[in-house]
Amino acid sequence: MADAHSTAEAHDHPTPGTYAKIGLFLFVLTALEVGLYEGTFGEHAGTLGASLQPFFIPLLLFLSAIKFALVAMYYMHLKNDSKLFSGVFVFPIIIATVIILGLVALQAYHWAFAASG
Amino acid sequence: MATTVLDQQRAHAGAHAQKTGLWSWLTTVDHKRIGILYGTTAFFFFLLGGLEALLIRIQLARADNNFLSPETYNQLFTMHGTSMIFLAIMPLSAMFFNFMIPLMIGARDVAFPRLNAFSYWVFLLGGLFLNASFLFGAAPDQGWYGYANLTSRQFSPGHNVDFWNMGLQILGVASLAAGVNFFVTVINMRTRGMTMMRMPMFVWMSFITQILILLAFPVITVALILLIFDRFFGTHFFVPAGGGDPLLWQHFFWVFGHPEVYILVLPAFGIISEILPVFSRKPLFGYAAMVFSGAFIAFLGFGVWSHHMFTTGMGPIADTFFSLTTMLIAIPTGVKIFNWMGTMWGGSIQYRTPMYFAVAFIAMFIIGGLSGVMHASPPADLQQNDTYFIVAHFHYVLFGGSIFALTAGAYYWWPKMFGRLLDEKLGKVHFWLMLIGFNLTFFPMHLVGLHGMPRRTYTYPKELNFESLNQLETLGSFILGLGFLVFLFNILKTTRGPRNAPADPWNGATLEWAIPSPPPEWNFAETPVVHGRDPLWELKRQRGGRLPEPSPGTGAGIHIPPPSYWPLVSAIGVTGIFVALMMSPKWGPWGIIVAISLTFFGIYNWLFEKGYSEFTTPQGGGHH
Amino acid sequence: MSDHAHALDTTTGLDHRKLAIWTFIGSECLFFATLISNYLVQSKKSLVGPFPHEVWKDPATGQVFEPIIEIPLVTFGTALLLFSSLFIVLALYGAQRGNRKMLIGWLGATILCGMFFVGMQVYEFTHFVHKGLTLQRNLFGASFFVLTGFHGTHVTIGVIWLVTMFILAIRGQLPKERALNLEIAALYWHFVDVVWIIIFPVVYLIR
Repeated sequence: MADAHSTAEAHDHPTPGTYAKIGLFLFVLTALEVGLYEGTFGEHAGTLGASLQPFFIPLLLFLSAIKFALVAMYYMHLKNDSKLFSGVFVFPIIIATVIILGLVALQAYHWAFAASG
Repeated sequence: MATTVLDQQRAHAGAHAQKTGLWSWLTTVDHKRIGILYGTTAFFFFLLGGLEALLIRIQLARADNNFLSPETYNQLFTMHGTSMIFLAIMPLSAMFFNFMIPLMIGARDVAFPRLNAFSYWVFLLGGLFLNASFLFGAAPDQGWYGYANLTSRQFSPGHNVDFWNMGLQILGVASLAAGVNFFVTVINMRTRGMTMMRMPMFVWMSFITQILILLAFPVITVALILLIFDRFFGTHFFVPAGGGDPLLWQHFFWVFGHPEVYILVLPAFGIISEILPVFSRKPLFGYAAMVFSGAFIAFLGFGVWSHHMFTTGMGPIADTFFSLTTMLIAIPTGVKIFNWMGTMWGGSIQYRTPMYFAVAFIAMFIIGGLSGVMHASPPADLQQNDTYFIVAHFHYVLFGGSIFALTAGAYYWWPKMFGRLLDEKLGKVHFWLMLIGFNLTFFPMHLVGLHGMPRRTYTYPKELNFESLNQLETLGSFILGLGFLVFLFNILKTTRGPRNAPADPWNGATLEWAIPSPPPEWNFAETPVVHGRDPLWELKRQRGGRLPEPSPGTGAGIHIPPPSYWPLVSAIGVTGIFVALMMSPKWGPWGIIVAISLTFFGIYNWLFEKGYSEFTTPQGGGHH
Repeated sequence: MSDHAHALDTTTGLDHRKLAIWTFIGSECLFFATLISNYLVQSKKSLVGPFPHEVWKDPATGQVFEPIIEIPLVTFGTALLLFSSLFIVLALYGAQRGNRKMLIGWLGATILCGMFFVGMQVYEFTHFVHKGLTLQRNLFGASFFVLTGFHGTHVTIGVIWLVTMFILAIRGQLPKERALNLEIAALYWHFVDVVWIIIFPVVYLIR
């Protein structure tokens, strides 16, 4: 029984090499985030920076989301584990996102509403 | 034969009976004992909260009264609310979570027995800490929801707010620990054949409640932390002079606070869903709809919080959004009401005390729900908010709802927990006193509230003509008190009587009635296998009627988690951290350091304690 | 129910403790979500400087405050934490195969990264205080220190936990059969990393 389990695992279990590649990719994504920052707001940003500004936050959050997903799926093993664990992780994240967005929206709206008298 | 096999087994079980005595209770990890600890402690705090209410009612019985000073009055209504919510309703529900969930899913204990004990001790210490504030004349006085910036150092310089803050943090730890425990227990310890959609409805509602606790309590933990920083470390999160926004406190608080009220009421829904079928001799109507409506209420409960803030000037778009979500949440609640009525319809109604309370619950909760839907309209709420109309609403749902249901549960499950049936006649006297007293106390509040009587105000002038209705309310509250005295008398009388309740006095449908009353330490001699909902009714159908008295078994070959004092030690450490934090202006950081060390010491010994690995990592193949 | 031949006698076949740590992590998501909401809503409401990315001159005293955020330092710390996640995965890989050297080596590397991260934060905090940012100074300071401070506390608890596992490993008390104990610690550690993956852009990069 234990053997069947470990052979099944061996087929879908990533190797140290895969993990290292993911680690490198995470590092590259981080470098991209910082590069994006420097490119938009850095000292030498210039006109490219100005044109990047409206896309800055979405792009940044997109890069972070990929990092988040990679760590969750591969390092935390969610991709190859029972879906129950994914559910237990994802559902609170949904509620958390609703709350963050709700509070930010309410705050922005509250200011606008208050300012308009 | 002089003795039956049953008698012999009972004698054998008795010879290996659970130890008694204080130490055995301090070190217990048995979910049934922990349930009794929760229930006894919670009932004591409930009576304390009731006393606070009676004092409030005495003060309000007369216009321009000075029985209580304004400061004392503020402390009483704050402690009444805080105690009833955190020290009464939640732990009374926890009593049933603890005692019944393992039994109902066919398990021998919860997933983490020592964590379970830890939750109880932290709750006890937290409740004692909160009430110790009275001894220092510094009981919390800022309302149970502690609005900023009344709670800032500037406007609340004393320890009152700090007792409240630290007390709630301590209690939060207890709730979160229990949340993890019961979540894992329900998912991972159901007996063979019990799929999620075959679980008793009480287990479902309790399960959803644990999810709410796990998601909502961290929010108030952070809010309270921010308040601690404002009061102890000079930040300005809620202080306007530093750019902070007091309204943000209200947002954070109610993001927690609204799910909290569902935490208070969903277990009650679950209890009613257990009692109505048994006393109607009919299965619960619309099982799946009950599950999904409960889940929907919980999920949507995170999207309605600002309906507590309609009078704060959030603007029409915010008001409209939250008004819509709040009205929406009435729908799944309505589904439940109709399904309960559908359960009773065509059934063979058994007129026993649990059923009386359960039916009254439905009526009282409908009234509370109706006033709730009225608050959902922002323009209407503009008049209702901060008046006794709101007080009426939440007492109808929390007392007429939760407390009536918990009382029903007490009468229903008393024989299982204590091996004795509570007296029926006294139970009915209790019921009528409670029903009449409750409605006399809280129904007039709808009227005085609409006439403008404000909340949280220690007195009112004669000219406003509130006095006669207030006197009626006070009379009602004392009738309520009388009802609880009858209940206490019933308990004492029953406890002195013989321990002779049968395993299944009510002809129940669920697994807890398949084992003796009270159950042996190991619960089931053999873990059951179920094939559908209402497994005991199915079994009785197969066997052609009632079942014979079950034998407790001998417990031979069954391993029980051994007792441990590390949960208690760790609980003292955790409580100590918050006490020391409150006292840090005087004690410096040393108290906190000692408390943290004690906590680590307790936890490390707990983690490396021998004799538990088979329970945390249950291996298959054994007779479990 | 799956026939994955798990030897565990649980309804799902999954280990109680692994389910428990995931449940705890789910709850902690809300803890950090509230702290992050607070940061998003409060940090821009400072009445006075210093500010994250702009120079500010105090109109009252004429004192000039530099921008607070320093990208190179925090990027280095971020990389440390990211690599520590990789290292602990490798340590767990070794633990699950009974490879004691791999376990101890990579676990030690993880702990070092974690300690350096905390060290970086301590240095960063003292440096920011020198630049004029304190808890009491303005809402940026208050929300910054509370959010990153509580994250740092979580990292510190993680380091203590991992040091305990390290000592167990050295004493030979972390064999293949008990690899799950490390897996649980690793899940907590990855969560702490994942929270930083959000905090890093939100606090340090977004303007």
